[in-house]
Amino acid sequence: MDTVITIGISDMKIAKKPEILATYALGSCVGICLYDVILKSGSLGHILLPLSGGAQNINKYKFADTCIPEMIKGMEKLGSNKRNLTAKIAGGASMFEISGDSTIGNIGKRNVEAVKNTLMQFQIKIIAEDVGLNYGRTVFFHLNDGSVQVKSFAKDIKIL
Amino acid sequence: MSIENLEQLSDMHIDVLRELGNIGAGNAATSLSAMLDRTINMSTPSIKILEINDASESLGGPENVVVGILGRLSGDIDGLIMFIIEQDLALSAINYLLHNNTKSCTELTDIEYSALAEIGNIMISSYIRAMAELSGLHILTSVPGVNVDMVGALLSVPAILMEDFSDRIIFIENDFISPQDTITANMLLVPSIDSLNKIMVGLGIV
Repeated sequence: MDTVITIGISDMKIAKKPEILATYALGSCVGICLYDVILKSGSLGHILLPLSGGAQNINKYKFADTCIPEMIKGMEKLGSNKRNLTAKIAGGASMFEISGDSTIGNIGKRNVEAVKNTLMQFQIKIIAEDVGLNYGRTVFFHLNDGSVQVKSFAKDIKIL
Repeated sequence: MSIENLEQLSDMHIDVLRELGNIGAGNAATSLSAMLDRTINMSTPSIKILEINDASESLGGPENVVVGILGRLSGDIDGLIMFIIEQDLALSAINYLLHNNTKSCTELTDIEYSALAEIGNIMISSYIRAMAELSGLHILTSVPGVNVDMVGALLSVPAILMEDFSDRIIFIENDFISPQDTITANMLLVPSIDSLNKIMVGLGIV
């Protein structure tokens, strides 16, 4: 029986096959799945905000620009070569539209942009994504094959 | 002494918030009774100061699908207010208001979403009216946004927007009791710390 390792908000974990990494109910947050196809290992981060603004004494897993480097570092420690890493991302939805208030509608988009920019800086390719729109997503990241299962309310399950 | 973060709230502050919740819920129960044409009473609300992660646990777990109605507060204060109800209540309210016979929240029509937004608007206004009257502050609410989805996903919005202020929210849980059933509705109040201080000062608590 495979075990499911759960990742909370502003958290990140690393594991190897045959484990499954999961994070529940991503709304405007973004789930980042990094996979090493050689070692069949992966990490899943659940970020809340785009940029840390260089602040100290923070939870690094809370921000896109500090979580992703930690994910890469952690995987390298376990023997991964950065060149073998690929990314799949999900989340960044716009859960509420309030007329005359674009901030609320845009928070998911800002998160997705920051995740994409940070991954680009580290030259990690995004090979699949399910982002934006107006619904929440639960993510199961299967380390056996790197597939990412996305579940949403009243929608078919997607496989990335 | 002014409050710097929600961890610092004293028992007295909590009592004040409970009383606000009580009066707000009283107004809301009256509005809801009129809207749904049935007698609705309410219990004394419970007030919790919760981290966002724990808030979704106490609402049935992050994947529990609920109806969320979110409004932005402005004027003298800055913050968010979110009204969360179970799908059953949403359906019975929609069906009563629109004379529909909708069985599930999976595919609501635009007009049904509008009806939900209107219910949320009335409930939110009932709370805010109580708060504004008691504190003497001028408080405005936006036309709310509405969505039916996993509660964890809905709560990510106040979590992200209010991150600068606090990773905790004020959680006012009310049971609305009608002869047919008891409905738990939750009002989440996420004021900026500045605003919370203004409210407390407005209520004469220093």
